[in-house]
Amino acid sequence: MGLTTQSTGIYAFVEEMHQDPNFNTDAVIALAGNPNTGKSTVFNGLTGLNQHTGNWPGKTVVLAKGIYEHRGKKITLVDLPGTYSLLANSADEQVARDFICFGNPDATVVVADATCLERNLNLVLQVMEITPKTILCLNLIDEAKRKAIRIDRNGLERLLGIPVVPTVARDKGGLAELENTIHEVALGKRQMNPRQTIYHQAIEEALRELQAELEEVLQGKLNSRWVALRLLDGDSSIIDEIRRYLITSTTQVGKEV
Amino acid sequence: MSIAEFELTQLPVGGFARVVGIKAEGLVRNRLLDLGLVPATVVEAVRKSPAGDPIAYKIRGALIALRSEESRQITVRALVED
Amino acid sequence: MAANQENSFNHLVFKAQAVRKQMNTNLRDQVVKDIYQRAEEIAAKAVALPDTRNDLDRKIDNIVTSRIWGYPLMFALLSLVFWLTITGANYPSQLLSNVLFGFQEQLTGFFRWAGAPAWLHGVLVLGLYRCLAWVVSVMLPPMAIFFPLFTFLEDLGYLPRVAFNLDKLFKKAGAHGKQILTMCMGFGCNAAGIIACRIIESPRERLIAILTNNFVPCNGRFPTLIAMAAVFMGALAAGTNSFAAAGVVAGVVLIGIAVTLLVSRILSKTLLKGVPSTFTLELPPYRMPKIGTLLIRSILDRTIFVLMRAVVVAAPAGVITWILANVTIGDMSIVARLAGWLDGFGRIIGLDGYILLAFLLGLPANEIVVPILIMCYLAQGTMLELDSIEALRQLLLNNGWTWLTALNMILFSLLHFPCATTLLTVRKETQSTKWTVLAALIPTGAAIAVCFLVAQIVRALGLV
Repeated sequence: MGLTTQSTGIYAFVEEMHQDPNFNTDAVIALAGNPNTGKSTVFNGLTGLNQHTGNWPGKTVVLAKGIYEHRGKKITLVDLPGTYSLLANSADEQVARDFICFGNPDATVVVADATCLERNLNLVLQVMEITPKTILCLNLIDEAKRKAIRIDRNGLERLLGIPVVPTVARDKGGLAELENTIHEVALGKRQMNPRQTIYHQAIEEALRELQAELEEVLQGKLNSRWVALRLLDGDSSIIDEIRRYLITSTTQVGKEV
Repeated sequence: MSIAEFELTQLPVGGFARVVGIKAEGLVRNRLLDLGLVPATVVEAVRKSPAGDPIAYKIRGALIALRSEESRQITVRALVED
Repeated sequence: MAANQENSFNHLVFKAQAVRKQMNTNLRDQVVKDIYQRAEEIAAKAVALPDTRNDLDRKIDNIVTSRIWGYPLMFALLSLVFWLTITGANYPSQLLSNVLFGFQEQLTGFFRWAGAPAWLHGVLVLGLYRCLAWVVSVMLPPMAIFFPLFTFLEDLGYLPRVAFNLDKLFKKAGAHGKQILTMCMGFGCNAAGIIACRIIESPRERLIAILTNNFVPCNGRFPTLIAMAAVFMGALAAGTNSFAAAGVVAGVVLIGIAVTLLVSRILSKTLLKGVPSTFTLELPPYRMPKIGTLLIRSILDRTIFVLMRAVVVAAPAGVITWILANVTIGDMSIVARLAGWLDGFGRIIGLDGYILLAFLLGLPANEIVVPILIMCYLAQGTMLELDSIEALRQLLLNNGWTWLTALNMILFSLLHFPCATTLLTVRKETQSTKWTVLAALIPTGAAIAVCFLVAQIVRALGLV
C-alpha cells in the first residue's frame, strides 16, 4: 500500500520535484492567492524566465515551478492554482491545500489584492491555520493608493501576527523586501507567531476535546488544531489524505533511520 | 417588526441587501459560502448581463456574476441604507 | 508503530464524528462565517475604503456590458483581432516562406553535391523539410500576432465580460459561459483552447467545452477557409471579391458557433446529462497589462509551445506523404490508389477521394491539408505553393470542382476531426481514451452528416 500511496498525487509531485537536480534547492516556497491578484506576476517577477510548468499527476491542474537566488541560497518557488479558499470544493483548491499541507514548503506566501483585502484575508487566515510560516504579500498596492484605499501595514501585521510585504509586482516594486522576508522565514531566522482565528464557542469546546489526543498521534507533523477542525468537518477526502500522509511519513522516517 | 425576506434574484440592480441564509445544500452551499455569502454579509446587485442573466453582485469587494439558479438559493433581507 | 498510529487516528476520526453529532450548529457554515467575520474585523481596523460606487471600472462596465453596446463592441473587437491577425501575418508569412523555401534550394544543392540518392533527397527535403517550412511560415506569424492580442484582452480583464455577456446562450446549451473564452482561444489553436478549458471548474461543463472546441476554426484552418472562400466566390461570380470572401469566412465562424451550441446542448442532454453545476464568474477590475511582459509570456508560453507541437507532428507527416505519393504499386502511386478507394464515398458527400485523403493525411496539422491536396492533383509528388488564387481555381476546376465542392470543403474543414496535436491534448487533459475517441468521432459525424445533407439538397434542387 505504501508504494501506491507514495506514487500518486502530492507525493509523486513532491518526489519528482526533489529528484529534479535543477530543483535541488535550499528552500521550497509555496505561492498561494486568490485569482486575479497578480500572483503570476509576482511569480514571474521573482523567477524571471527560470521556470517550467508541470501537470499535477492525475489531475489537470498546472503547477509552475521556478527558481531564484537570494543571498547565495537557491530558492524554489511553486506557483499554486489561484483559489478563494482551501476548503477543497474544486480540484484547484485541493491541489493548493495539499501542497501547503503535505508538500512541506519552508514558507507559504499568500498574494493578496490590496484593492480588496477583506475578501483575500479569507484565504490568508485559512493558510495561517495550516502553517505558521505564512507571509502576506500585499500586491497592487499602487492601484489601492490610486483608488484612495489606505492600508495600515503595521496594524495588519499586528492583527494577523505574520509579516506583511506591500508590492507592485508588475514594476518589481517591493520584491526585494519580499525576497528578504521569505529568506528570513524559510531559514527560521524569524520568530513566527500567527494569531489564530477563534471560532464559535461550541466549536472551540469540540476542538479542545480532540486536540490533546491528536497532538500525540501527529507528533508535530501537522498542526493539531487544523487537523481537529477537518475531523470535525468530516470531509472524507482530506481525512483520507491526512491518514495517508501520517502512514507514509512514518515509513519514510523509519527508512532514513 | 420584522423585515421581509426574499430571494437575491429579486434584488433590483443598484439595490443592497443583507444575506440571511443559503437554501442549497452540499457542494453548491459550500461554494456560495466560500464566496463570502455568509449570514449578515451585505450584497449589492451591480449589473445585469445584456441578456438579463447572469447578474453581477458586489460581494465583499469583488464583483461576482451569479446565474439566477444560484441567486435564487440565497435568502436576503432589505437593507435600509444609512 | 505505523499501524498503531493509524488505529489511534481512526479512533479520533470516530470520536470527532460523535462530537459533531452532539453539536447543534452546522460546522462548515459556522467556520466559514467566523473566518469571514474575522477578515471583516481586521479589514475594518486596518483598511480605510473610499466610496466605490462611482469608480472608473463601473463606468467602463456600463458600456462594455450594456444592452445596446455590449454585443456590437464584442463583435467589433473580435473582428479587429482577426483582421489584425490575418492582414498583419501576410507580409511576415511571405518573408518567412521566401527565406525557408530559398534555403531548400541550398539543401537540394548540398544533396546533389554529396551525391545523395534521389529518394533520400525526396524524403528529407521534398517531404520533411518542405512540410516543416510550410507549417512554420503559415503558422508562426498569425500566432505571434493572435496570442499577444488575445493575452492583452485577457490581462486587461475584458474577456470575463464577454463570458458575462454571453452566458445565457451557453446556459441554454447546458454549458458554462466561460466556454466562449476557450472558443476564442481555439481561434488561435484548438490545442491551446482545450488547455484553456481548465478555467471551467465543473467537470461536466469542462468536458462539453473540450469536446466542442474543434468547431471553432483555428489558425491552421483559416488559410484553407479563406482560400476556399475566394475560390467559391470566384466560382459564383467571375473574378474574386475579397469582401465577399471575408463575408463567407465570417459566416463560417457563425456556423461554427451555432454548431458548438447545438452539439453542447445535445451532449448535455445525452452523454453528459446532469444538472449544471454552480456558476460563478469573477469580473476582475480592469488593469492595463505591461506590454513587454505580455509579449514575452504569450510568445514563450503559447506561440512557441503550440508551434513546437505542430512541428513535431508535421515532420513525419511530410515524410509519409512524400512516400505515399512517390511509391507506386503497379502503374499507380499509393496516393492515387487510396484516393480511388475513397472516391465513391467522397462523391456522395459532395467531395472526392483526393479531398478526403488530404484531410486524412493532414491529420497531423490542419495547415497541410490544402498543400497535400494540390500536390495530389498535380501528382508531382511535392507540396507546392500556387502563386495565385486564380491558378488554384483553375487547377480545382480542371479536377471537376463545382461551387458545391468548395462549399463542402469549407464545411468539412470547419467540422471534421481535430488535428493530432489537439487529440493528444484532449487525451492529456481528460486522461481518458473514451473521450478522446469521442472528440474525433463527434465532429467527424457532424461533418459527414452536414456535407451529405448539403450535397443531397443542392443536387435534388438541381443547383449544380
